[in-house]
Amino acid sequence: MTSQMKEEAPLGKVIVITSGKGGVGKTTSAAAISAGLAKLGHKTVVIDFDVGLRNLDMIMGCERRVVFDFINVIQGDARLKQALIKDKRLDTLFILPTSQTRDKDALTQEGVEAVLNELKEEFDYIICDSPAGIERGAQMAMYFADEAIVVTNPEVSSVRDSDRVLGLLNSKTKRAENGDDEPVSARVLLTRHDQARIDKGEMMTVEDVLEILAVPLLGIVPESPAVLRASNIGTPVVLGDPCAAASAYEDAVARITGEEIEMRVETDRGPGFLQKLFGRTA
Amino acid sequence: MSLFGFSLKPRRQKQSAQVAKDRLQILLAHERSRGADTADFLPQLQNDVIAVIRKYVQVADNDVDIRMEKGSDISSIEINIEIPADAPRKRTARG
Repeated sequence: MTSQMKEEAPLGKVIVITSGKGGVGKTTSAAAISAGLAKLGHKTVVIDFDVGLRNLDMIMGCERRVVFDFINVIQGDARLKQALIKDKRLDTLFILPTSQTRDKDALTQEGVEAVLNELKEEFDYIICDSPAGIERGAQMAMYFADEAIVVTNPEVSSVRDSDRVLGLLNSKTKRAENGDDEPVSARVLLTRHDQARIDKGEMMTVEDVLEILAVPLLGIVPESPAVLRASNIGTPVVLGDPCAAASAYEDAVARITGEEIEMRVETDRGPGFLQKLFGRTA
Repeated sequence: MSLFGFSLKPRRQKQSAQVAKDRLQILLAHERSRGADTADFLPQLQNDVIAVIRKYVQVADNDVDIRMEKGSDISSIEINIEIPADAPRKRTARG
């Protein structure tokens, strides 16, 4: 491996991508955000916590390279280095796939903590891709998080579930239980945003959702055919052809690293060109 | 036209997005203040109510109906007990 130690210690920040509701774009977002961070040169690992329903490997395009997994490492059957899959496109990006044959009980709190601590020694960002729901897998994915990205669609059941998850982040995490620590910093990533439907009054606006959930906004990802195309070929959206969803994720990634970037909504169709031009001048 | 996703123009009257927002605001106000599991006591309450009623009147399980109505400020529990006209009275509640 060509992993050259950087001068300074790695950042070691644990970020959970969660939502409560399934199908809102957690894995797509975890893949895009981790690839985006890695593209900026941050050493990043993305972990699949959806034990039994492994999918991150497909979205990342490394499904044929899985030998050992997260559960093997927790149970001592493999070393962490053996289970980490190095991305073929970015040498700062690694994937830790989950098991397809075990169940969620294989995730022990001590085991997860040991793996995360080992990863913190080497990585700047540790992205935990949570399963849907609020049971063990989801709780383990969020328990050790420093930050949370709550993926939400502008739709009633998704917003309600996001609210539940925000409650859990405030009560069922290590930071919450450890009164002295700062609480988990949570932000909403709004996905499947459709400006045309908002204009028709058929979809809640970004402001509506933020007013209800009362947490800061990380980004707005437009509904885009590029997302399905990207998952078809196993390429995170930000590593494929330029599109509105990719730039939305890139903006979100920059915000994660602390940059202040104005919120904007791009679309792949419509009056794109001039709009993009003006949108970028800020 | 809005350059950003934020609605810069006022929306027309009560569209479905507005209904969605209103419903969520009412629901989540409840779920946050008392947790999502608040209504979990209703089945137990129903059993207890039936037990108390049966001390005095013979009623069947489905003669007792308990509903909860959540409003934005207060909630109400409505208990309806149907007592059949020919229900045998129990004189011996106190022995």
